[in-house]
Amino acid sequence: MTASPARLQQAIVVTYLVVFFVYMFLPLAYMMGVAFNDTRIPTLNPWRGFTLRWFVVMWEDDRMWQSVGKSVVIALWVIALSVPLGLAGALFMSRLQVAAKPFVYAVLVSPVLTPGIIIGLSTLIFWDSTFDIGGRWQLSVLGQSSFISAYCMLLFMARLQRFDPTLEEAALDLGATPVQVFRTITVPYMRPAILSAVALSFFQSFENYNTTVFTIGNDLTFTMFIVGKVRKGVQPDTNALAFVLVVLTIVGGVVYEVVRRREVRRAEARARAAMRAGEAAMIPLAVAR
Amino acid sequence: MTRAGWRDAVRRFGYGGVAFIFAGCAFWALVLIVLPALLMLDQAFRPFLARTEWGGPKDVYTVKNLVTAVGEPLNQVIFLKTIWASVLVTAVALVNAYPLSFILARGKRAAWVGAIMVGLLIPFWVNEILRAFAWQLLLARFGPINNLLIAAGILTEPYPFLNQDVGVILGLTYAYILFMIFPLYNAMESLDPNQLDAARDLGAPAWRIHWDIVIPHSKPGIASGCIVTFMLAAGSFAVPQILGGTRSLWVTQLIYNQFDAINWNLGAAYGVALVVLCLAFVLTMMAAFRVRLGDIAR
Repeated sequence: MTASPARLQQAIVVTYLVVFFVYMFLPLAYMMGVAFNDTRIPTLNPWRGFTLRWFVVMWEDDRMWQSVGKSVVIALWVIALSVPLGLAGALFMSRLQVAAKPFVYAVLVSPVLTPGIIIGLSTLIFWDSTFDIGGRWQLSVLGQSSFISAYCMLLFMARLQRFDPTLEEAALDLGATPVQVFRTITVPYMRPAILSAVALSFFQSFENYNTTVFTIGNDLTFTMFIVGKVRKGVQPDTNALAFVLVVLTIVGGVVYEVVRRREVRRAEARARAAMRAGEAAMIPLAVAR
Repeated sequence: MTRAGWRDAVRRFGYGGVAFIFAGCAFWALVLIVLPALLMLDQAFRPFLARTEWGGPKDVYTVKNLVTAVGEPLNQVIFLKTIWASVLVTAVALVNAYPLSFILARGKRAAWVGAIMVGLLIPFWVNEILRAFAWQLLLARFGPINNLLIAAGILTEPYPFLNQDVGVILGLTYAYILFMIFPLYNAMESLDPNQLDAARDLGAPAWRIHWDIVIPHSKPGIASGCIVTFMLAAGSFAVPQILGGTRSLWVTQLIYNQFDAINWNLGAAYGVALVVLCLAFVLTMMAAFRVRLGDIAR
């Protein structure tokens, strides 16, 4: 039996997808599998039996928990700084009639493309040589915020693009104050983008290494803790940690996807309901005419 | 800003709102971005001195750091290696991501496309340090790849992948290939399938369809994918740190070593050289593909 060209093409496509997925997941699977091997060297070969002891070793490491605490503190400050800055940038870019917009935009998004270690080094040099403020976690907050604010701004700009400014205009014409308009129209409309920005800021900050390592001084963040362990690379307790983190990533990712899709469905349903209501309101008018 | 613009802004946001917007943007642009960049540039052109000698007679502008950074043969090798290896990583990522993105984009909204996209997002979300760690295990002296190659008779003894450029390049490709797929997919998704069908019905061979329709259409995606992948590879620090050794140094490691040795002036000079090289690459790509900054940063 000879395969038809279409069949052959389909077989190639499927093979390609399978090979790519194996390439993407096999290294992760291997890394996670090692966590259960009862050996002191992080390897699957030879297999010396199933154990959970590396998870216990990992869990009982106080330095790890301290580093997690430090990372959470930094991430919360980054959220507190980056979300408002991103919002200010987005409002500036999409709402004000300013001449210098392209230039300001280029400056504000430039940290996204700048290597993280350059941001780290320049932040450190600036604060150290100008104000004699050396490396400390507060500098990591500032360094990380320079590019995380840009991610937030891009999220807000994308949302504002689909916003109908006549809503705000109407509210202002009807006598609402700018603060009322902001609270009752802008913020509710921006809510999904704000939540995304908070989540994105947290994860970007939490997993940052390059900028942090230059600015942190004598402190230790969770990511730095992992790099330290990986570079020493002696025991599978690092694999146990990696296992937990990958599982948390998968759970977090799936939850995020599900919530996001439900939000989209809800927004579409709301739009349809609004349209129906609008049509219903039109009927008397049509009859009257 | 025109007077009418001001009046409109104040009417819309109130004085407090306008102040918030301008103060926020000014703080962000100046204190977090421009001034640190200028100070780094400034320090790159000053000699390495003790703090007590700052502003003293020895504190004069000099190009000595920059000459050391890009003039010393050992550094030149590392700079050139970082550039060609990053280009290689970008090219390999593009060649592999292109067919995959095309397949996914052609699948449109089919359920399997959604499943695959989520499947791709998972390794994308896993921290790059863990992805490098996974390759460290695979490439280890007695790791599975060496074992396989020896069992297959290709090697007679373990190859030290982890102290060579090849280990770093494999790890960088694995870490950043997904940054190529998503922009390509986004660009290709808006392609009108009728256009492809029409070309096929008129007898165009597959390569013609890609060369004349798909590639021109997805140019912004290709350009932004290439720029992002190149910048991530050239600016990568954790991956060469984890997968490389003393014989596979990356420019970022040169910078870190100077930072560690407290010679920030020389470190800043390396940094300036790296930024200039990356900027040259980005501008070349933007000119070659005729795309704007707004198309990339999305």
